[in-house]
Amino acid sequence: MVAQVQKTPLPSNDRRWRIVDATMRRHGYEGNALIEALHTLQESFGYLDEIGLKYVAYSLKLPLSKVYGVATFYHFFTLKPQGEHSCVVCMGTACYIKGAPQLVEAIGREYDVKPGHTTADNKLSVLTARCVGSCGLAPAVVFDGEVVGRLDKSDTLKRIGELLQTQRVGKEADHDR
Amino acid sequence: MTAEELQKVAAIEQESQEQFDHRIHVCMAAGCLSNRADQVKDQLEKEITASGLERRCMVKGVGCMGLCAAGPLVSVQPKGTMYQEVKPADAPEIVASLDKKKPVERLECDVKMPFFARQQKIVLENCGNIDPERIEEYIAAGGYEGLLKVLSEMSPAEVVEQVTRSGLRGRGGAGFPTGLKWSTVAKAQSRTGTKYVICNADEGDPGAFMDRSVLESDPHRVLEGMAIAAYAVGATQGYLYVRAEYPLAVKRLKQAIKQADRLALLGHNIFGTPFSFNVDIRLGAGAFVCGEETALIASIEGKRGQPRPRPPFPAESGLWGCPTLINNVETFANIAPILRNGGDWFAGIGTEKSKGTKVFALAGRVRNTGLIEVPMGMSLREIIMEIGGGIPDGRSFKAVQTGGPSGGCIPEQFLDMPVDYESLMKVGSIMGSGGMIVMDDTSSMIDVARFFMEFCMSESCGKCVPCRVGTAQMHNVLEKLIAGKATADDLAMLKELCDMVKSTSLCGLGQTAPNPVLSTLRYFGDEYESLIRDDDPEGRHADAVGAGHGETQEVRS
Repeated sequence: MVAQVQKTPLPSNDRRWRIVDATMRRHGYEGNALIEALHTLQESFGYLDEIGLKYVAYSLKLPLSKVYGVATFYHFFTLKPQGEHSCVVCMGTACYIKGAPQLVEAIGREYDVKPGHTTADNKLSVLTARCVGSCGLAPAVVFDGEVVGRLDKSDTLKRIGELLQTQRVGKEADHDR
Repeated sequence: MTAEELQKVAAIEQESQEQFDHRIHVCMAAGCLSNRADQVKDQLEKEITASGLERRCMVKGVGCMGLCAAGPLVSVQPKGTMYQEVKPADAPEIVASLDKKKPVERLECDVKMPFFARQQKIVLENCGNIDPERIEEYIAAGGYEGLLKVLSEMSPAEVVEQVTRSGLRGRGGAGFPTGLKWSTVAKAQSRTGTKYVICNADEGDPGAFMDRSVLESDPHRVLEGMAIAAYAVGATQGYLYVRAEYPLAVKRLKQAIKQADRLALLGHNIFGTPFSFNVDIRLGAGAFVCGEETALIASIEGKRGQPRPRPPFPAESGLWGCPTLINNVETFANIAPILRNGGDWFAGIGTEKSKGTKVFALAGRVRNTGLIEVPMGMSLREIIMEIGGGIPDGRSFKAVQTGGPSGGCIPEQFLDMPVDYESLMKVGSIMGSGGMIVMDDTSSMIDVARFFMEFCMSESCGKCVPCRVGTAQMHNVLEKLIAGKATADDLAMLKELCDMVKSTSLCGLGQTAPNPVLSTLRYFGDEYESLIRDDDPEGRHADAVGAGHGETQEVRS
């Protein structure tokens, strides 16, 4: 494989940029690597910020408008930094029928946060998912990447309470929306 | 890899399995994992070492055993005992019972109950039996024999012929005949000589987890199906488009591709023939519309997942303008058994027009939630009341929703209807990918309709107006109904909108978006009527309904 002639310089010395670069390199810096690159970017940094979007746009020789368009089209990508912990309530049909909306409401009341937002102290992001595919265990909630099923309101709040006590280690887990 | 080598791998694996007197299978699919199945497995392993049984006893992680409601599930082979809701603390008791006649009764799960006995497994035949993380186990279970047979004995045209004879129809929902699709791609001329095979694993349909379970429990089956398809249509490159929300499925697929590459079951000159095939994974990013084939192609090309008008169909001009075959996970999972046993064998199962079996994800207000596979034509009553075990908490059955946001709610009067593509269509629903959500008398049908409409509204890609604006307007009316503010005019408008969105939308998402509303209107019309305000303060009539009307509603609601 012939090396790319002109390489976009990494935005900073942060090592995570190299991971993003590696993904794009594997696809020969082709424009069709955009979604893969955004996945890596979000996995590495937790969300997509302007610097990252610009870096990907330059590297893949795509207009920033297109990159922004794709980043906002797909629910999986988020342009907002996420809180220290995340709580994703599944709102798939089975979970909905079995009371997921009540869980969202209970969390909202307890922590004063709407789905898709992060608490003011930046501790907890509450998200909703289309379906995490754990319909057999409905209603299901994903706490920091860990799926827990058959929950009721008090279980959920207890779990979140425990979650907020722990120190988050490792990289950001998978988010929906 | 040659035929002899494949047999050797299978023989070695079978032998190494049989040297154990007891094989303990622990379900390691997502459902049981979230109930701590990994800890159960660890504890069982520790216990076996502690009792000095490691030469006679093995513990392995396997794929989905189906009854997710009772997870974590553990089965002991070759005795065939199954345990439910096993906790790590139960390990000593299970290990102690291995050499005794009696199993641990406290934990036993009856394998003779209809949930297990009434199923017929083709797609899920290996699920719960093999370790999805080891290719050797798949080969020992007859894996890649279908591919070997195809490459060594059959011409591409003969492969297409067998698939056509089998009567297999697309399992993604629409039920297009698979053989016809294959022959179209096989005949298509590619300007560059390249053709592609794509596996649609973007299971965005809420309430459905069949594809997830197949990918997590038996990933090689899908790869083998794709390779056979590639040979039949003349493709050399395949893509697996998987939801990023399924991290475990992605991990196991990546692993499976690596293993198949290592054994040269993918790559160049497979089984010493000129046939070459590579598979790459592409991650979806949470857009339901990407289940539509042209939108999926756009997404693989790195663009927004927006559908385009067809024709040209992907079979003629798909990925990067080349002829492209797109099939669903379950469709590909049926391919290897069809080629191994012949198309006529498959055609002998099911009904006249719907052949084979179908995997359903049974969820909602039903006792045995989980994954099942039944022959086409089984009645809804058998599926829900017998296999599903009926409705819990002394409640009564109200409706079953099939086909997700594109399907409809089927009321009690149709419970004895056979489940096949045509029958479901006749009552206003669709087969869909296989989600089956049971609702009891506590569920409000209008709330369900609103739920799906909210889904379609936010998942609409925004390209065509009927879908983008129409779904939002329909959602408004439903909100208004639920708030008790709607009049008879609103209901008339809702019906009109249904017709408009259905007839004029660009792709399947919009064309089927009104189905949940239409089917609930049809069978539960009285629920709608009961929510309508009696008085009509502004004195409007049904004929005054128009586009402008819709806008004023939006402002007010």
